[in-house]
Amino acid sequence: MNFWADPIKIIYDWLMLTLTSWGLDGAVANIIADLLGIVLLITAAMVLDIMLVWVERKVVARFQGRLGPNRIGPFGLFQPFPDIIKLIIKEDITPNGADVVVYNIAPILSLGSVIFLWAVVPLASTIYGTDLNVALLYLVAAGALGTLSIIMAGWASNNKYALLGAFRQVAAMISFEIPMVVALLIPTIIAGSLSLKDITASQSGGMWFFLFSPLGAVLFLISAIAELGRSPFDLNEGESEIVSGYHIEYTGMKFGLFYAGELLHAFTFGGFAAVLFFGGWHGPWASQYPLLGAFYFIAKAMFGYWVIMWVKYTVPRIRIDHMLAFNWKFLTPVAFALLIITAVAHSLLKGAGFWPYFLGMFFSNVLLGWVTLEILRATTHKQRLAVETPNPVAHH
Amino acid sequence: MQNPWIYIGLFLLVGIIIPIIPIAFSALIAPRKPNPIKQSTYECGIETVGESWVQFKAQYYIFALVFLIFDVETVFLFPWALALNALPFFAVLEGILFILILMAGLSFAWRKGMLEWV
Repeated sequence: MNFWADPIKIIYDWLMLTLTSWGLDGAVANIIADLLGIVLLITAAMVLDIMLVWVERKVVARFQGRLGPNRIGPFGLFQPFPDIIKLIIKEDITPNGADVVVYNIAPILSLGSVIFLWAVVPLASTIYGTDLNVALLYLVAAGALGTLSIIMAGWASNNKYALLGAFRQVAAMISFEIPMVVALLIPTIIAGSLSLKDITASQSGGMWFFLFSPLGAVLFLISAIAELGRSPFDLNEGESEIVSGYHIEYTGMKFGLFYAGELLHAFTFGGFAAVLFFGGWHGPWASQYPLLGAFYFIAKAMFGYWVIMWVKYTVPRIRIDHMLAFNWKFLTPVAFALLIITAVAHSLLKGAGFWPYFLGMFFSNVLLGWVTLEILRATTHKQRLAVETPNPVAHH
Repeated sequence: MQNPWIYIGLFLLVGIIIPIIPIAFSALIAPRKPNPIKQSTYECGIETVGESWVQFKAQYYIFALVFLIFDVETVFLFPWALALNALPFFAVLEGILFILILMAGLSFAWRKGMLEWV
């Protein structure tokens, strides 16, 4: 079998052969091969995370009209390494009265919960951690661990600002989980499976789910940005408001883990948007050469990450009550209406061939988008009239 | 192939150990010079006033309750969405009825002012 056609299987077979020839039992050899694969995947994710620090700083600089880091290495490429060294050698100050066990677990869990997500992401047709048949449910569950780590950090810091920031951030994150989970149900309906590998495989031939459900992609993007805790939904990090929120009392590498975890989380959600809506690893010649598929996936995930960064550095921060009103009064009804429309359209049109299905789904989305905009327009028109109409006052 | 959950179990284990490595490394190298001023809690440069563990606003509880209702609803919607291909069209209407009942719940909460941030 050609190496380029199926690299992981060839390496795996060779590894199993070597391990069993050393006299190890089949199951133990399996576990050891798995462990090597896991360490490799997690290390790759961490290296990517380190490069994302550079990407983030360059992009924010360009959005703000300045250059960004360009001293260390060509184009400032080696900038993350001094950053890491600085964070490691900083003194670790634990505030007095802090709950030591919880205080230390929080950053580990925060980065850990993002790393857990990489177990099910299909990088290519044959390169993935594992093919879990409930992968989407696993994503939602592992993402919820991140929410837990925030409240742990806020509580254990023995600081009013940290606690308030953690409360607000967790209230926002759990609220936005509802539209996000509903947006995740849409590729499930279209593909008929929760497994990310199956969802990606059913987008072959250029039939990306973004074409079938553009509103679902937009809904997932908005609720994902809110889940990440990034601007415009980053009340917890409001540097001018509650002074950095829940990670106010963290120094050194613990803060580094929070920061790196946030960047990797953003990139991972870009990866999910790519897998669920933009065709994952599909592209020209990606079926024959899995490594090319992995390259397409990383490129699409980078594009998703760039859109997330674009929103962050363009839109100002939203107040907490506006944020929650936006979620419960706008996003949740729209999400459920979209789910209803998708379920009806899919059930009616699923046997009808490609063009009726595509046109039906696409125009049902457009219809829902138009109805939503009309309702919004009517509501704001009413509100504006209530403000602008002068009160009859007896003047001349 | 083997059970995929064994892989997930190993992944969770390694995924917890790997972030511990930079922290452990930092604990070995970093200086450690505690003094009471450095370790006091931050409150915009002044001494802290009152207890740190402030009172929990009741509004957070309301939002958590509403979230709980809708989260359980989405848990019930997962098998419905998954099996939509194999079910007759009547099941779609049943699912829509379920969603509409919960939308009525959301509209009740909205009208009662439970979704306000006072």
